[in-house]
Amino acid sequence: MATPPVETGPAIALTGVVKRFGRITAVNELDLDVSYGTVLGLLGPNGAGKSTTMRLLTGQTEPDEGTISVLGQPVPERSKQARLRMGVVPQQDNLDTELTTRQNLDVFASLYRIPRGERRKAVDEALALAMLTDRADAKVTELSGGMRRRLLIARGLVHRPDLVLLDEPTVGLDPQVRQELWSLIDRLRTEGVTILMSTHYIEEAERLADDVAVMSHGRVVARGAPLTLLSEHAGTEALEFFGTPDKLGRIEALSRAAGLPTRRTGPSVSVLRAESAPAALVESLGSGSRRAATLEDVFVLLTGERLE
Amino acid sequence: MTDTASHTAPTTVRRYEWVAFEAIWVRELTLFRRYWASTTFSAIVQPTIYLLAFGLGVGTLITSINGLSYVEYVGTGTVAMAVLFASAFPGMFSTFVRRVFQRSYDALLAAPVDIEELVLAEGTWIAAKAGIFGSIPLVVTFFFGLTPTWGMLFVPFIAFLAGLGWAYFGMWQSTVVKTIDAFTYITSAVLTPLFLVAGTFFPISNLPPVLQALAQLNPLFHCVQLVRDACFGWQPLADLYHFAVLLAFALLMWELASTGMRRRLLA
Repeated sequence: MATPPVETGPAIALTGVVKRFGRITAVNELDLDVSYGTVLGLLGPNGAGKSTTMRLLTGQTEPDEGTISVLGQPVPERSKQARLRMGVVPQQDNLDTELTTRQNLDVFASLYRIPRGERRKAVDEALALAMLTDRADAKVTELSGGMRRRLLIARGLVHRPDLVLLDEPTVGLDPQVRQELWSLIDRLRTEGVTILMSTHYIEEAERLADDVAVMSHGRVVARGAPLTLLSEHAGTEALEFFGTPDKLGRIEALSRAAGLPTRRTGPSVSVLRAESAPAALVESLGSGSRRAATLEDVFVLLTGERLE
Repeated sequence: MTDTASHTAPTTVRRYEWVAFEAIWVRELTLFRRYWASTTFSAIVQPTIYLLAFGLGVGTLITSINGLSYVEYVGTGTVAMAVLFASAFPGMFSTFVRRVFQRSYDALLAAPVDIEELVLAEGTWIAAKAGIFGSIPLVVTFFFGLTPTWGMLFVPFIAFLAGLGWAYFGMWQSTVVKTIDAFTYITSAVLTPLFLVAGTFFPISNLPPVLQALAQLNPLFHCVQLVRDACFGWQPLADLYHFAVLLAFALLMWELASTGMRRRLLA
């Protein structure tokens, strides 16, 4: 796909970015760098500022403070220049439902300034990439949910961008479709495309991202490779206990007293860093099941357990 | 630092680019292919009904108005009406639906299209349609005995200019209302009363002086005057005035629509 640019600076750089909507601060002193050719997973609960960050990068919302650069262009000043080489896949389907699959791609092929003589080929390739060649002349309303999402992605890739922004690319899709999209994203990665992908599916980030940034309340609270984040914040193993609220409360108190982080997982409580728990503590906690620590443990530890 | 943009894309990007404009128009044309038949149908049927209703009804009582036959008067009056309907309604409804329900504008603005280009392309597209469909009543009136004149060739351009103003009026209103139902208020409280003081179906000279003065503020009045003068003989000074008012109306509405769209789409 895109020839990796000879640029040495980051593909995306946000420095001290603040965005307020009335009294709400959606993005708060955000610093974030994404290197060329990498996939960054932006993790965070709803309302953490992921979507606002995406809109800041396309110049669709202007920061109140701070500086943004995308593909070497200052944004929003030269946002249009940056957008020429970016592909954006929004969270909410905004396909032209009155047009066919091919017509949707045609419009964006011209918007992205693909020379007239090359548009047909570019659209055919995008159709093939999204496995929609045989549905090229179907109206969007005749496509299944998974097909529409693939078309949405193909539309963002029709001009072979250097940078792709994926906002919750697989939300609401069934597992098979998700797998398909994952392999598509993985293919882009191997082709050297820089990807910023927001998600609240931990597994998605673990599988696809070189690097993960956990966002909470408008800023990045942890950043690193998935494995690094795991060992830094949750260790390698977790002990999970089920039982009455009283029992779970007692387990939490004991573990915290011993310096081990815990998290609630619905009806159970997980004691993290279980690999470093003293034998005496493990004994007093009773029988729990041992499992590997996950990014989800990190996520809940860092972003808080309660929904706001 | 090297400019990486040179690898794949031109390095200079102007504020208004033809390519963005063209792509939006191509998109509109593609959509238009789906609905042109219904639009053409109503553009022909509506003036026919008006001509039949007014012409056969009131027209039998009145022989001429301001030196024009009633068919000439109503025929040109329906042009102004068709222009208003062909521009204000798409301006309100289409832009609202695309912005709020279909989110098409969000999609365009994430691509290399700026809001100024979007507003200009959408406004001129609606105005172009108003220019064409607004002129159809004139063609229909030929069948009711209107004599073609060379000046009538200006009518599509007058319709375009008036249509531009109304399209932006509608687009502006689409950024003001919170729900699509609120357009009912605008239609009944703003658009319908305009006919009262526009001289479309009856002259304003019989109205009280206050309403006659109000007509000067009504773009529909200036549109219908300009259309009549184009068809039946220019009155240079007055027509320059009508033209200036329509131009000012279009520019003011363009500004209001742009500000509203920026506020709604680039929050």
